[in-house]
Amino acid sequence: MRTVVIQPVFEEWRKSARELLALRVPPDEVLWSDDAQEPGLFAPTDDASPRAAVPKVPPAFLDLARSVAAHCDARRWGVLYRVLWRLTHGGESHLLAVATDVDVRQLQQWCKAIGRDIHKMHAFVRFRLVGRDEATGREQFVAWFEPGHRIVHLAAGFFEKRFAGMDWSVLTPHECAHWDGNVLHFTPGVPRSAAPDDDALDDLWRTYYRSIFNPARLKVRAMQSEMPKKYWKNLPEAPLIAELIAESSGRVEKMLRTGLRPPKPAPNNAYLDSLRDLDAPGQPPPDEPPQTP
Amino acid sequence: MDLQHKLEILADAAKYDASCASSGAARKDSRGGAGVGSTGGAGICHSYAPDGRCISLLKVLLTNACLYDCHYCINRRSSNVQRARFTPDEVVRLTLDFYKRNYIEGLFLSSGIIRSADHTMELVIAVARMLREEHHFRGYIHLKTIPEASTALIEMAGRYADRISINIELPTQQGLARLAPEKNLARTQAAMGHIRGKIDERHGEKRKPDAPKPPPFATGQSTQMLVGADDSTDAVILRRADLLYSDYRLRRVYYSGFSPIPDPSSLLPIRPPPLVREHRLYQADWLLRFYGFKVDEITTDAAPNLDLDLDPKLAWALRNRAIFPADVNKASREILLRVPGLGVRNVERILGARRYTRLRLADLLRLRVPMKKVLPFIIAADHTPARLGLDDESLRARFLPPPRQEELDFDASQPVRGDIGSVRSGEL
Repeated sequence: MRTVVIQPVFEEWRKSARELLALRVPPDEVLWSDDAQEPGLFAPTDDASPRAAVPKVPPAFLDLARSVAAHCDARRWGVLYRVLWRLTHGGESHLLAVATDVDVRQLQQWCKAIGRDIHKMHAFVRFRLVGRDEATGREQFVAWFEPGHRIVHLAAGFFEKRFAGMDWSVLTPHECAHWDGNVLHFTPGVPRSAAPDDDALDDLWRTYYRSIFNPARLKVRAMQSEMPKKYWKNLPEAPLIAELIAESSGRVEKMLRTGLRPPKPAPNNAYLDSLRDLDAPGQPPPDEPPQTP
Repeated sequence: MDLQHKLEILADAAKYDASCASSGAARKDSRGGAGVGSTGGAGICHSYAPDGRCISLLKVLLTNACLYDCHYCINRRSSNVQRARFTPDEVVRLTLDFYKRNYIEGLFLSSGIIRSADHTMELVIAVARMLREEHHFRGYIHLKTIPEASTALIEMAGRYADRISINIELPTQQGLARLAPEKNLARTQAAMGHIRGKIDERHGEKRKPDAPKPPPFATGQSTQMLVGADDSTDAVILRRADLLYSDYRLRRVYYSGFSPIPDPSSLLPIRPPPLVREHRLYQADWLLRFYGFKVDEITTDAAPNLDLDLDPKLAWALRNRAIFPADVNKASREILLRVPGLGVRNVERILGARRYTRLRLADLLRLRVPMKKVLPFIIAADHTPARLGLDDESLRARFLPPPRQEELDFDASQPVRGDIGSVRSGEL
């Protein structure tokens, strides 16, 4: 049995896994452990590990591994290496097609959790305007977010594409991403206090949130399954939720009590007259859905 | 009137439109440009309101003044709701300011009809044009169009928008004649046909390689049908939807349960919304689009409305017990898609895995297949359903939900309306 201590990033695992494979070390002889120190800022570059000796794996496995590496479950390195071993030395090159396999299923579930975490980061980051660059005139925004896993490097490309025309930073406890119009770069995590709390537009946004809500269709659980409470503390609209729920039944009651309003006659309007002409007899009959015989 | 007050009125006026999709647009982003915006991914829901609906787009009306008198609508001319009107510049500023803070995916702009269809369309188009041409905005734009607007204006709207839509509102002309006298089914479908032609022209694959590329056009159109405002059965609603999917290639038909509005019309007294009916229609819609069901299989002459207690796939399976049980190790994709409890993705996983292994119940459990639901309908390597299971006339009773203790609450299974969520909710 040997213990492999790695910095918890994909490239480090890949480097070690290549070496172990080259030595034909079976997965049940390896214990994987995260280096207690924070990973370096920049992913280590590929060194002169015995690349040529590594058998080919399906590209889908590398995508899966890159994503699973960001998960915080300590078992991930071991399961990844076992699947790698089975793909290359276990005679199971088709393994990824067997979605019911215990290891494959586990990797896919971790991968799904990472995908969801990234998706929620793309959804729930809220940029705050902090100023304007005097030299370039570009607006500068800063956001604070607390992802569930180490996903900042996987999620940042989206923000670069979407917000290329403004300067921005996304700050998180573990890693921060920054864009200045030219280069996307990463720095270590910072405390919450490093990010601004609010933005002048938040009030308008809350007005929108309040107004788009339909009190006649209260579905609190549906909301919470997609926007779990753990995200609420960083969402400027979330403080409204409790009062919107509390007010809703009274608002519906009021609608139900309102008197019915009779139709008003059509105003004198040339356009409405033209519609009536279109509807006049002689027009082709409207197409009706086929009726049940 | 200040901007905040206008936003309050014109967002409130827009909330009865269920559409919120921000997916399916052509891939574009802001790199190398002068502004912000990207589309082409899965679509993102940036927030959720306590009504369970996703908030993806800034969904507002340009004005809620309206010449029309659609009795289900809060903005009809007979309503005494407070009226407001944005200037195009105000909508542009709100969209950009919200977008840069990552509150939204883009803009969904609609409007009450003022002066004429063409005049209204011109105002709506002006907003989209400013966003695209003056501010280089590459985010998502959904424009509501008016069937009676000139084809040239609809084409211009399609040029700036990622999606355009016309609401069919009700599935029959009789329903429209009574509740939306200015609207007309044939005109709406004719406009949808024109839009479909433009979408095909730009995005279809038939173009010759050397032919010039037609001008930009939205990648899709969608519509909304009100449920429960008239007496149309689910069979009538689904046949209309099926026709819109097949003949007009709509991306989505949204079903919106008619819900109480302030200041209701005497022609259409309000009732509590039939939310579970809306949910069953979405499930049936998924069966049409992703499960290979024909519209006439989903309801019967004897029961033209969907069973509110059972999902439509289970109800179909109980009516068609003879084709079950299906062997998960042998049955075709078409048959597996008909098994209650097996969603599209799990069917694909089963087809992939069974090439290499004989599937047992533990395998299905690992895929999180709802076992109680599927067991009577399948054979696995270690499972054959008891014969009396499928012969038992009380089988339906086995699947009925337990009596409810509290208020009706169908939250857990409510489909999510962003397209990303839809994939998930499509797993019946």
